[in-house]
Amino acid sequence: MDFILGRKIGMTNVFAPDGGSIPVTVVEAGPCTVIQKKTVEKDGYDALQLGFTPKKEKGVSKAMMGHFKKAGVQPFRVVREVPFGEGDEELEVGSILDATVFDRGDRIDVTGISKGRGFAGGIKRHGFSGGPKSHGGMFDRGLGSLGNAASPSRIVKGKKMPGHMGSERVTTQSVLLVDLIPEDNLIFLRGSVPGANGGVILLRKSVKGQRGGLEGLQEQVRSLNPLKASKRAARGG
Amino acid sequence: MNVIDRIEREGMRKDIPDFKPGDTVRVHVKIVEGDKERVQVFEGFVLGRRGGGIRETFRVRKLSYGIGVERVFPLHSPRLEKIEVIRKGRVRRAKLYYLRDRRGKAAQVKEKRHH
Repeated sequence: MDFILGRKIGMTNVFAPDGGSIPVTVVEAGPCTVIQKKTVEKDGYDALQLGFTPKKEKGVSKAMMGHFKKAGVQPFRVVREVPFGEGDEELEVGSILDATVFDRGDRIDVTGISKGRGFAGGIKRHGFSGGPKSHGGMFDRGLGSLGNAASPSRIVKGKKMPGHMGSERVTTQSVLLVDLIPEDNLIFLRGSVPGANGGVILLRKSVKGQRGGLEGLQEQVRSLNPLKASKRAARGG
Repeated sequence: MNVIDRIEREGMRKDIPDFKPGDTVRVHVKIVEGDKERVQVFEGFVLGRRGGGIRETFRVRKLSYGIGVERVFPLHSPRLEKIEVIRKGRVRRAKLYYLRDRRGKAAQVKEKRHH
């Protein structure tokens, strides 16, 4: 089991045993039900189809209802396919995956749809520096030069320009799982996670491995300069 | 109830006294030096409180050898051993930033009078 579906709830703080304050994102991880198992023999590839968040039968199309009935499961709002992970061959249709597939100290990759920023300019979208804010500079938030003149007489492909920003698939890798509440399927991930609150996210055991668990976190909190008042406050006074 | 509020409530301390901006407080902070732990006291007036739930912090200002020193404490931090309220102040602002620019008697907060 490498993948599970979840929902971003929001952010808050938790205190470490040594008093440090850790910013966390609360995520509802599962429960997910296996709706279908795709195999190389039958479908040409291996995958699990997972359902997340139950839905009333009223709003389900007959085609989808047939699909859920075949699996013998209730209808779901979110249906997503994920590749096979470790030990997934044994999972059967109808089995349920919940937050307990993860543990404290795990490293997790979180994929979500980032918040939409609409049509954004160069400064917001690509981090351009913009012009001076005072002293009569007439150059405010524009792009600046788009390239050279006679040679090459064109704008190079891929030139960073204003355009639509956000609402795209973003993955944050190696997010540390600080704590979890198995009864509520809630997990606490350190730092931020892509997308808006309430957004559906895909959680996966980190592809970069599991180095530096909770011990690493303690270390990091301690390595902050103890003489700096601001750092001390961040650690919890 | 909102999930975040519920989680925050669980982690919140219940031994925090009621204090407001302008009050004079004595904050007992646990400090780790090497492998020894001791308690340090920071006494000053509360400049303001901000944030909500478990994220709430408060800012204390004092004069140390004539130099203004401010510290921000997370209200629910386990590093705070206790908070003592020494004096209730009478102020009409939630944030007392204007006191930073004052010296001597003008920088004082009047005590709250009970009738």
